[in-house]
Amino acid sequence: MAVIEISGLSRAFGPVQAVRNLTFELNEGEVFGVLGPNGAGKTTTVRLLNGVLKPDAGRMRVLGLDPESQGKEVRRQTGVLTETPSLYERLSARENLRFSGALYGLGLAELEARVNAQLDFFELGPRADDKVGGFSKGMKQRLALARALLHGPKVIFLDEPTAGLDPEAAHQVTQLIEQLSHEAGRTVFLCTHNLDEAQRLCDRVAVLRQGGLLALGSLAELGRTLWRGTWVEIDVQTALAVGLRRDLTRQPGVQRVEGEATRLVVQVSHEVDIPDLVGWLAAQGARLMRVMPRRHTLEEIYFELQEQPEGRPA
Amino acid sequence: MNWSLIWAIARKDLKEVSQNKAALVPAVVVPVFFVVVFPLAIVLLPQAFSRAAGNAFSLQDLEALLQRMPPAVTQALAGLSPLQVWVVFTTGYIFAPMFLILPLMMASIVASDSFVGEKERKTLEGLLYSPTSDAELILGKIVASVLPALALCWASFVVYGMVVNLAGLPVMGRLWFPTALWWPLMLWVVPAVATLGMASAVIISSRVGTFMESYQLSASGVVLVLALMAGQVTGVLFLSVPVAFLVGLAVWAVDAGLLWVGVRTFSRNRLFSRL
Repeated sequence: MAVIEISGLSRAFGPVQAVRNLTFELNEGEVFGVLGPNGAGKTTTVRLLNGVLKPDAGRMRVLGLDPESQGKEVRRQTGVLTETPSLYERLSARENLRFSGALYGLGLAELEARVNAQLDFFELGPRADDKVGGFSKGMKQRLALARALLHGPKVIFLDEPTAGLDPEAAHQVTQLIEQLSHEAGRTVFLCTHNLDEAQRLCDRVAVLRQGGLLALGSLAELGRTLWRGTWVEIDVQTALAVGLRRDLTRQPGVQRVEGEATRLVVQVSHEVDIPDLVGWLAAQGARLMRVMPRRHTLEEIYFELQEQPEGRPA
Repeated sequence: MNWSLIWAIARKDLKEVSQNKAALVPAVVVPVFFVVVFPLAIVLLPQAFSRAAGNAFSLQDLEALLQRMPPAVTQALAGLSPLQVWVVFTTGYIFAPMFLILPLMMASIVASDSFVGEKERKTLEGLLYSPTSDAELILGKIVASVLPALALCWASFVVYGMVVNLAGLPVMGRLWFPTALWWPLMLWVVPAVATLGMASAVIISSRVGTFMESYQLSASGVVLVLALMAGQVTGVLFLSVPVAFLVGLAVWAVDAGLLWVGVRTFSRNRLFSRL
């Protein structure tokens, strides 16, 4: 079931086209990554989907509601972690959460129970009554995440959740997001620069550039679209003789052979060609140490997409 | 309109501003001077000086001023001793417009902290993502700005009344404060002036980036208060009961215009277009 539907969405700020004709859908329970450099339109998309910014054109639905006319109802069911934590530093962690809960109309008893549960879950209990101004960046980000989740949103938007955090705090926050994303039925819309984080967390990604959609799909789908065929890495104990290497390129299904010495990187038409290839090499006396189909990393996919000329979405 | 949301926003803003020393210090110091130090000095010093000099207090320097006052005032002062005239005229009439500085200042402080402070501290974005309407957000902030201004002013009025009556008791021989002018001033003009301070800050907040800039600009409405004081002292526009009603009406009209502009400025779409 589609939780978010966007069709032809556009928004400009003066001469700058922040979001350009975006179209995609998010399914329930999915972790969806939105990648792109600064100014790609990630934050603007979050704002449009939460009804705090009006589009110039296009259609949106979030949980079946129109954010433009039903923004308040949309925001009641979504949680947003903004790029800066947006916390009240003169108030304590508990007061921040209480205020947020009050805005979502939580009753006093329920609010207290949820505030305590969130403080415990995010390991902020011992500092609950301290002013947030004295917290580290990592603690502030955990508190901001606790606030975004306090009212049990069905969709959560995370805008650069690990930006500006030291590696340890970033790892902690990523782990928390991973935990949260597995909670039944929760849909996560993750805007990030951090490709490792996206690769680890996301079921599908959308890659944006200058407000437009460059590519959309799972890692495997994007890899297949960008690089035809399947690549397999083969480690051999000793380098293949020149003749044997030449014969390898002539085997059925083999398209290309790269790599040097004991590490071969072979492009085959389909994954099913790999067993035959391995069998042939073994029959030729090659001592195989490791055979591994090559998965393209999100980083490889991302940079390949960013290098493509404009107007050629994958 | 969800009033529990409005109260939640107002409570949070008040809690925040109560932690802001730059806001709190003038909110404490100025009223103390206005309602305790000044009236005590005005009432007690002439008594002390005339006792020390062994002369009866004379209104020699005030004669010309008193002659310019409207008949209602000269009537109220008729039959009083020079020292009684001094006490009633200064603390009961001349001081009245100066009191308007309190609601103006307090509303400007809180509104500046509430509207611009949120931007300055980068907390506005989080608040705008809450399930509140634009109207509920702005109303919460209006309540947070105007209520403490009124509370401070009315509490100051009570203290001022006690100080003036008690310090003046040896001279007056009775409790005489407040005079009729103070009721329309407190109940009609003060709320209008508090709203003026708040509404100015709302509009200014969309054009400046810091709390101090907003506070200084919105508090420049103090010029209006000084003009009223000048009118009072010179007798050109004496703040009598009917004049107080008219001044209040004029300020409310300005408030309505400013609020109309302010509410239109305070929309999520506009704010996010500038963030």
